[in-house]
Order: sequence, then C-alpha cells, then structure tokens
Amino acid sequence: MTGAPVEVVVTGYGATTPLGGDAASTWEALLAGKSGVATTQGAFTERFDLPVKISAQLAVEPTDVIARVQARRMDRCEQVAVVAAREAWAHAGLDGDEPKVEPERLAVCVGTGIGGAVTLLDQDDLLESGGVRKVSPLTVPMLMPNGPAAVVSLELGARAGTHAPVSACASGAEALAWAYRLLQDGDADVVIAGGAEACITGITVAGFVQSRTLSRRNDDPERASRPFDTGRDGFVLGEGAGILVLERAEFARARGATVHGRLAGYGLTSDGYHITGPDPSGAGQSRAMLKAVQTAGLEPSDITHVNCHATSTVAGDVGEAAAVRKALGDQPVLTAPKSALGHLVGAAGAVESLVTMLSIRDGIVPATLNLDELDPGVSLDVVRGEPRKMDIDAAMNNSFGFGGHNASVVFTKV
Amino acid sequence: MADNAEILSGLAEIVEEVAGIDAGDVAAEKSFVDDLDIDSLSMVEIAVQAEDKFGVKIPDEQLAELKTVGDAVDYIAKNQ
Repeated sequence: MTGAPVEVVVTGYGATTPLGGDAASTWEALLAGKSGVATTQGAFTERFDLPVKISAQLAVEPTDVIARVQARRMDRCEQVAVVAAREAWAHAGLDGDEPKVEPERLAVCVGTGIGGAVTLLDQDDLLESGGVRKVSPLTVPMLMPNGPAAVVSLELGARAGTHAPVSACASGAEALAWAYRLLQDGDADVVIAGGAEACITGITVAGFVQSRTLSRRNDDPERASRPFDTGRDGFVLGEGAGILVLERAEFARARGATVHGRLAGYGLTSDGYHITGPDPSGAGQSRAMLKAVQTAGLEPSDITHVNCHATSTVAGDVGEAAAVRKALGDQPVLTAPKSALGHLVGAAGAVESLVTMLSIRDGIVPATLNLDELDPGVSLDVVRGEPRKMDIDAAMNNSFGFGGHNASVVFTKV
Repeated sequence: MADNAEILSGLAEIVEEVAGIDAGDVAAEKSFVDDLDIDSLSMVEIAVQAEDKFGVKIPDEQLAELKTVGDAVDYIAKNQ
C-alpha cells in the first residue's frame, strides 16, 4: 500500500508529564534541557527498602486540576488521561456549547501499559482489613485497562467507539495507529488518541527492579536516564499522559481547524522472540519502521529524524539504533526524550509522538540529556548538548514494549 | 441515638463527600436518583458510609427501597 487515501491531521494536543502540567510547558522544558527525574516521593518509599529511589513523577498533580468528586471516581491513570484529553479538546477548538463534531462520528483510542494497578492494591488492602463491604463499587472501572479510554469517552461524549490498545510501552503509539485506521476506514471524523500511565508504586518498581531494567543512579537522579550513553544502566519509571486530536483533513478544513501536523503512516509488528528482551537482530523493529514509511507513501530516505524509544537500557538503545540504520539508512538524526521525561510506559509513545510532531512543526529537535560518551555501537547522529534547529519534512517515533510489540508512526509537515 | 435531624445532616455530609452535592441541597423529599442524580455505584458507597456512621445494617434489598433521602433517614432512625 502506498499513500493513504484519507489524509489524517493533528488539530490539537494535550499532555501532563514530569516536565509540565500541559503540552506547552512540557515542550518548553524539553527544549530547555530540563529533567523530570527526581527522588521518588510517596508513602511506599518508606514502607519498602527499594533499591531504586528515583522516578519521573508528574509536575502537576491531576487532583489539582480535576474536581474532587470526579477525581475520587478515577484511578490516577484515568485522571491523567482526562487532564490531557481536556487540554487537547480545547486546543483543537472542539469545546464550547455548540458541538463541532457529532458524537456518533467521534471515537476514542487511549492505551495504557499497566492501568489501575494502584487501585487494585488499595482496594485489596481494604478487602484484607475491612472485608467486602469496604471495597469500593468503583474498583473494577478504576482498575480496568480500558479505564483511561472510557473516562475520556465519557468526558467528551464520544460514541463512535472507544478503544484501548494494551501493548506495554508501545500502547500510546499503537493507539495512534489504531486511530489512523479508524479514520482510514471511515469509522469516525475525529479520534481522541493517545496513552496514559500512572503506576509508580512499590510493586511496579519492585517488579522492574527484579527484571533488572531500572537505573540505580539514586544519588544523581537528573543524570540517571542517559540513552545511548556508555554509562547508562537502565530506565527511569515515569508517569503522565499524552493525547492527540486526529482528524480527517477534509473535516478539519471544513470546520476551519488549525492543523499542526499530519499523521502519515504507521507500522505495527511483533518480535515473537522473548517476553521482555528485544530480538537482537532488530528485525521486528526494522519491519515496523519500514511499514510505517510504506503506509505514509514515503521512501526510507525521506525520514530525516527519528524520535527514539531509547529507554537507557544497555541492550535496547544500541539495538534500536542499528534497526533504524538498517531500515532507514544513515540520514536520520536521533533524539531520545526519555532522557528528560523518564519512561512513561503506556503514555510514552503518545507523548513522544507529540514531541516528534512539534519538532517538525517548530523545526527543532530537543537534545538527548546526559549523553556524555556515545556508545560506540551507535553510528548515527544523536542530538546532544543543545537542541538542534533543522527543517524536517518527515519524522518517525518509535515505541517498543515488553511482549515484543513494535510500533512506529510517521509524521509529516503540513 | 441520633434524632432525625442529626441523621439528615449526617447523611447530607456523606452525600456531599461521595457525590459532590452541596449538603444544603440534601433535603428529605429529594430522590437520590431523580433529583440528586446519584448513580447506583455512589449509592453503594453512601450506604456503606451510613452503616459505619449510624451503626445500622442496610442490606441490598433494603437499599433498593430507599428512594428518597427521607426514606433513608426513616430507615436509619428505626434500625440504629
């Protein structure tokens, strides 16, 4: 398939991240080279002797933004989804008294990696201490992995279908891919798409510790996430949400919407290799990248920038750089936003896709923080030190997840 | 033993906490569903909190019969 029959554009976006409570402050902090990583705050840090004491927690608490009664019915991962979706909805000019899109033509596609784990734990504590009657009747809707998508669909009254891709750290990018398909298939005029995650707690940290995937640079949090650097020792767990308003271009033009970018194509593949480790050949990742280029109707050489998945793990980063080179060639300039944001798990692909699109729109690529000594296994140009101004026609975001999920999406300039 | 006015005011506090409805609007004649827009999930939460606060048992089949705030106040007053 070459060239998409339906042009898909981005007309609005929202985010809440460790760098800022909205998309603009997140983008500004990224370009300023700020880090969202710090010593983890929370009661669980005192309850357990965890060897990892750092994480990338939200800059703005969602409960500062969402009314108390609404917030208490939602898990934190649902709250961040609503915060980002509200911002995106207003940014796209879809708010106001008069509906701009028919509810029956409005879909939602919001993924998560883990979902309402914190609710599950809290309610299990209540069950143990107080019995069945103490368990909230909202337990299941708060912990279910389709929860973030569902609360967004309720918030916005979306009735063209609500979907929740779950593919670990690829969920946010996969949600954009599904949204693209929905628009291609004519199932909706507008799709609210992205990812949400908020699961920084004892069991998740302990689980990632035991799989030996987290950085232990507790004494220097801001230096801990260092993709592509020889001194990297694992990722930093983060939390947040990113939402894009994706729209059929024809529909967007008819309503006079501002267009920020174009989602031109996607590629989804799986490794079928190992439950956590990427296929060392990088074949699955390369195939995802090539598929994304093909659905966008482009050539690999057209991609001049790749916003990498690069989490700061020893094996992953070098493997991805090799897979990029194999699929696309030598020309893409790379960056790794997890150096600043931490790893937002199911939100990562959405937030970083937003960053990719903004890099095209604004002609600037944020620097990879903490890249003091480039791993000799990486033979591509990685932006470091200062953000780089560059004119970009087409760029890619990569997101890969435990389970062997590979998602690549391509954005192009409008 | 709380009297009816105390039960009403205690119940109103619970409704405000769970459903965000101003305690002053929680009057005896108000229907939980039709007037106060409280859904079945919130009703369960309100019932559990009322059980703790007033030392009563509100079985599910009884909860379904408590249509108005006044119904709940009367039930609690009789069974506390």
